Amino acid sequence: MKYLDEFGDAELAKRLLDDIAASTTSRWALMEVCGGQTHTIIRNGIDQLLPDSIELIHGPGCPVCVTPLETIDRALAIAARPDVIFCSFGDMIRVPGSTDDLFRIKSRGGDIRIVYSPLDAVRIAQQNPDKQVVFFGVGFETTAPANAMTVKLAKQQGITNFSLLVSHVLVPPAIRAIMDSPTRRVQGFLAAGHVCTVMGLSEYEPLVEEYQVPIVATGFEPLDVLEGIRRVVLQLEAGQAQLDNAYPRAVQPQGNPVAQQVVGEVFETCDRQWRGIGMIPQSGWRLNAHYADYDAEKRFEVLDITTMESPLCRSGEVLQGLIKPNQCAAFGKECTPRTPLGAPMVSSEGACAAYYQFRRLEVSV
Amino acid sequence: MTDRPDLENWTCPLPLRDQTAIVMGHGGGGRLSGELVRHLFLPSFGGAELSSVLEQLGDAAVLDAGGNRLAFTTDSYVVRPRFFPGGNVGDLAVNGTVNDLAVSGAEPLALSVGLILEEGMPLDELGVITETMGRAARAAGVSIVTGDTKVVDAGHGDGVYINTAGIGVVRPGLELGPGQVRPGDRILVSGPVAAHGIAVMSVRDGLEFGSDIVTDSQPLNGVVGRLLDSGAQVSMMRDPTRGGVAATLNEIAASADVGIQIVESAVPVPDDVRAACAFLGLDPLLVANEGRVVVFVRADDADLALDVLRQENPAAAIIGEVVEEHPGVVVAKTGIGGTRVVDLPLAEQLPRIC
Repeated sequence: MKYLDEFGDAELAKRLLDDIAASTTSRWALMEVCGGQTHTIIRNGIDQLLPDSIELIHGPGCPVCVTPLETIDRALAIAARPDVIFCSFGDMIRVPGSTDDLFRIKSRGGDIRIVYSPLDAVRIAQQNPDKQVVFFGVGFETTAPANAMTVKLAKQQGITNFSLLVSHVLVPPAIRAIMDSPTRRVQGFLAAGHVCTVMGLSEYEPLVEEYQVPIVATGFEPLDVLEGIRRVVLQLEAGQAQLDNAYPRAVQPQGNPVAQQVVGEVFETCDRQWRGIGMIPQSGWRLNAHYADYDAEKRFEVLDITTMESPLCRSGEVLQGLIKPNQCAAFGKECTPRTPLGAPMVSSEGACAAYYQFRRLEVSV
Repeated sequence: MTDRPDLENWTCPLPLRDQTAIVMGHGGGGRLSGELVRHLFLPSFGGAELSSVLEQLGDAAVLDAGGNRLAFTTDSYVVRPRFFPGGNVGDLAVNGTVNDLAVSGAEPLALSVGLILEEGMPLDELGVITETMGRAARAAGVSIVTGDTKVVDAGHGDGVYINTAGIGVVRPGLELGPGQVRPGDRILVSGPVAAHGIAVMSVRDGLEFGSDIVTDSQPLNGVVGRLLDSGAQVSMMRDPTRGGVAATLNEIAASADVGIQIVESAVPVPDDVRAACAFLGLDPLLVANEGRVVVFVRADDADLALDVLRQENPAAAIIGEVVEEHPGVVVAKTGIGGTRVVDLPLAEQLPRIC
């Protein structure tokens, strides 16, 4: 087992697809929560291979996409300061703020660095004691443990020139918001496997109970996604609503207790704005009082920066599954990956960019 | 000179307007680079007689010189870090220019080397780089015949920037280029792709990861020569450097106004490179190569061409074909039987969050 092709095997994929087709007797709308799964679906053409009666709705699970414009503008204000080294994951770099982006700030001399591990940012802070080093800590529960480790480490080692710009978001409150929406169409969820790897499964039990909706923890390779879809469809066809784990090679029911511990030590839950969706109560994490000194928003006094989203952009409806990206009037016209109006057009995991990159043919026909 | 507006040669500058300054993407070989060339450089440089050569926008310009056809090309190398697994900026600079000539159907004759050195650059390091350049030139059978050296203040360069230019003689009677590409042509690659870009990335500051992946940088004039000697009807070749195979195929689909279909699983990617791409969230089709050639050949000669390429590298493969449908668009059949559009990268690929 090399974990390269095994989960993209054409024969096994065909068997799963046949099984799904044979089991499907009604129309079902499923949501894959995570942007990584959206990417797999579109990149491999999975949705084209499913029966027409199964609709996949692309959920709000791309951290790049749901980070509010306001937070991006605050990041840009911090990154433009001459005393700052601004570190970020790669795909946040291109996200446009209301008038600027990190690439342009870099072209004007800003010190912007792409890091792969957040802990690299702490190392950069150690190496540059005369600079303020800021890490843009975005993401779901998946990236939170490593981001939490940065401030824990900085505090332990007395590194005072490091801070974290936090915009963490959480999956279960988003599922709740989608199920509470009066326009909801989703009948079953593929839960984000890597989020479950960290947090475990128990927090989804109340959602399954309360909304009587199947939730299946699902991985990211083509076969993983197909198996997740198969299990949700089987439940829907049988009139069941259960919590299931289709990604047991990564997801343990209890999650990763060590990761949960460091997150609990550093963060506290808070209300959070989601780009295109709005405020979802208790849907984010911020640094708790014990680590407030490491909060970049406070350190650089950017909390008074507020921004409105583009009125043309319908990314909110895309992220809630109400429209497909190519049903937005601005899609491919005012809004392209090089002139994105909304964040889903920016990240390669964003639903709009995925459609633009991989589905131009359908659009032009 | 007249004051009348030159409407014939007018090019819309609009695509440049939303960037008021150069950003890194302008050098990335993607869409931004293309716009800079088409909307700023071509209108600026293109005199009436020159523009026809420049507008070929091939890897090398082909010029008539008293009955012979000369291929002429130039490239600058600003790679960071200067040393990477399997090579350094020096052999890259030589091989890159040799390859631009080779894929234009020319046997390389001579190279020039321009060195822009930063004050403080260690001489022993420079020595290693120039020695590597000499070795690469000898391996390709080409001479470095002229050069130039400039030094810039400390802090104004990255140690060493290298510009190489090269000339070569195009084979008599050989016509290559987008104009020769026809529906039905088969598309081949000369070996496994994406190793170079991943090798460089594996030692880049902030992204270091342990791996044994080395660059694929090598001269292509040997294998290209044998391919042309074989008599296979080649319609076009290009070395898929920045932007990878995806960028090369998109450029050719657009300039030849044809559709391209590839089978994703037929594109050879070494296991370790595929693993690195998977964890960085990169598409191997978009990763740079420095010693591979993409060959368009008439369908009847595809097996012959494949044989020649396989003698050099057993992983060479037929990856797709030219079609009449969807002109300008590259479509891939995915591993599980779906399809997707293979887009031109906007700029350099960035590792994904998760």
